[in-house]
Amino acid sequence: MGATHLPSTEFDGTAVDDQLEADAEAAQGQPATEMVQLLGPDGKLGTDPVFTEYADRLDAGKLRGFYSDMAAIRRFDQEATALQRQGQLALWVPLTGQEAAQIGSGRASQPQDYIFPTYREHGVALTRNVDLAELLRQFRGVSNGGWNPKDTNFHLYTLVLAAQTPHAVGYAMGIQRDQQLAEARAAENPQVEGSQPAEPKAAVVVYFGDGASSEGDVHESMVFAASYNAPVVFFCQNNHWAISVPTAVQTRIPLSNRAKGYGFPGIRVDGNDVIAVHAVTEWALEHAREGKGPVLIEAFTYRVGAHTTADDPTKYRESSEEELWRAKDPLERLEKYLRTEGLAGDAFFEQVKADGNELAAYVRKTTHDLETPDIRTAFANTYVEAHPLVAEELAWFEEYSAGFAGEATEEEAGH
Amino acid sequence: MTTMTIAKAINEGLRATLSNNPKTLLMGEDIGPLGGVYRVTDGLIKEFGADRVVDTPLAESGIIGTAIGLALRGYLPVCEIQFDGFVFPGFNQITTQLAKMHARSNGNLTVPVVIRIPYGGGIGSIEHHSESPEALFAHTAGLRIITPSNPHDAYWMIQQAVDCQDPVIVFEPKRRYWLKGEVDTESSGLAEDPFKAHVIREGTDATVVVYGPLVPVALAAANAAAEDGRSVEVIDLRSISPIDFDTVTDSVKKTGRLIVAHEAPTFGGIGGEIAARISERAFHSLEAPVIRVGGFHMPYPVAKVEEDYLPDIDRILEALDRALAY
Ligand SMILES: Cc1ncc(C[n+]2csc(CCOP(=O)(O)OP(=O)(O)O)c2C)c(N)n1
Repeated sequence: MGATHLPSTEFDGTAVDDQLEADAEAAQGQPATEMVQLLGPDGKLGTDPVFTEYADRLDAGKLRGFYSDMAAIRRFDQEATALQRQGQLALWVPLTGQEAAQIGSGRASQPQDYIFPTYREHGVALTRNVDLAELLRQFRGVSNGGWNPKDTNFHLYTLVLAAQTPHAVGYAMGIQRDQQLAEARAAENPQVEGSQPAEPKAAVVVYFGDGASSEGDVHESMVFAASYNAPVVFFCQNNHWAISVPTAVQTRIPLSNRAKGYGFPGIRVDGNDVIAVHAVTEWALEHAREGKGPVLIEAFTYRVGAHTTADDPTKYRESSEEELWRAKDPLERLEKYLRTEGLAGDAFFEQVKADGNELAAYVRKTTHDLETPDIRTAFANTYVEAHPLVAEELAWFEEYSAGFAGEATEEEAGH
Repeated sequence: MTTMTIAKAINEGLRATLSNNPKTLLMGEDIGPLGGVYRVTDGLIKEFGADRVVDTPLAESGIIGTAIGLALRGYLPVCEIQFDGFVFPGFNQITTQLAKMHARSNGNLTVPVVIRIPYGGGIGSIEHHSESPEALFAHTAGLRIITPSNPHDAYWMIQQAVDCQDPVIVFEPKRRYWLKGEVDTESSGLAEDPFKAHVIREGTDATVVVYGPLVPVALAAANAAAEDGRSVEVIDLRSISPIDFDTVTDSVKKTGRLIVAHEAPTFGGIGGEIAARISERAFHSLEAPVIRVGGFHMPYPVAKVEEDYLPDIDRILEALDRALAY
């Protein structure tokens, strides 16, 4: 892997970084931290022996699309933060700084792939055509989900850290089995072969953070994925902070190195470089769909803002660190590239801005309109099949509520 | 009608479900060539292959978590947890994920995962191999919890659990795995609601409600009481969540006295739930307070003293005496 850049601020300073790399090198007998980067902060495109080929597949339209997606989701993020400040959302989990990691990876997936997010993957949701207003239901407190995952193959957010990682592996094992069943059926009826187009091969992408990487579920998932060669891509967004705890407390080696321990490839990619993230994820998904097994991608990025709207990052980190990362902004570097290469000009960027404002207005309006559900839907959805306890409690609730309805009419009647 | 043990009946039930539905698969530690530590899955890997009877890595959260993913993809996983005390590494997945997936998806997703757990004491085993954690799961909405007490039920209930669209935990009374009984493999003989409680012995003086491993104990107690001229009705609950309160209420209206017995600690247990419900539903029929018989509030004790811990015939008879004394 021809990496040209080394990470600048993992943990707190190069001394520690060097020490870690030396340790890792000693432990593994090979270089620890190479990071795939194609588009640098200066907006110049470099080369990579493996991934340039993937970058070459991108035409001007796709690259402009990456930019407009990243700009749209950043604008959405600002709007949702504002909505939270206005009391319209109970909480918001901002993604600013992680747009390239999310748009690059999300755009690399195909419709037949299935995505398991954590709770910050609004950019990935955008690439899967999830209605962003629906995404806000959970944060407005009108749903614990908010969208039907079957519509977009984008699963519900998960708040218990890492709990979704084994689900992703199980789902991938299901894809694998479906494929085997289809092949067995085709072998039984060879005459049908060719007359029907085969289902496109699918894979799963599961997102989690550097903090979540410490949870036992990630370990168990990687063991299962490796044992069964499941078509799953583990996508870790190392945004450097788990609320107030730095990555150094979660790991002594680059997270991508952990994959070696499980026996599958691990790649560290510049998470602020949308072109590299897209290339690496496309490679990993192809690898998985072809039956070659799991891949771990560590997107090396930074959460520029607070963890959530309830958090105060000034208590645990220096603003200079944020500044350092702002200089690596994923949108700015793509804009530089598009402009210098003559792929986009003022008109394009103005249009993107206008579209962003339109999206914000839509989200603002639809958030106010999000309906509060009737608690009866919770009674209805606790179990699939009839349940006497639920029926009994619902009947009690109806009777109890009916009592108040009587009171209200009496009050209205002036009694 | 064939005679078999509970372990064999579950084995046959699993065999039937694997044959009938290509989407069913078994997952668990040592369930393949070994057939599980209790041999409940004996021979199934030979018949259905390693893809349908999956020897998993040693990881309970991984087993249940991946089963959730498989269920989301349309499969029907039946997970085996090796022993009751080892379900806890998977507790997070069961309570925060499995139980809630249907509700939080607004009814769009179903996760029909079955989890089989051998439970209860009386086998002289060491720490963590004799526990009865059913109340911890029953408290969580979204899960169904059942426990067979005889081979016929065991054969049919495991198949009904797989057919159920909700997640089901099957607590298998491990000290009764070798209990023999008749199984009618042609017909379950069950009404619409397969998990209704069964009145397994009729009586008029008091009702004893039990489930799983304590069913034979309660029957023996009822027989002993009969010698003293007392007529005891025995109900096998069969389903712990939901509980068939109607059957219990009807019985208490007839007998006026209720004793609930289980191996799990009394405090915070299923017996308390039944006592409270029945006091609400049949207060005027009760001639005595509902009496609970259960384990003590202590970690499951060492095997050498488990006989003192486990409710036995005498403890049930003592409770009966107290109830009748009112
Ligand atoms: C099991 C669990 N423990 C604790 C929390 C509380 N919590 C929410 S987010 C968070 C930090 C997560 O950090 P990371 O995995 O790096 O993801 P990021 O939020 O930075 O994207 C914590 C501790 C939780 N949601 N789940």
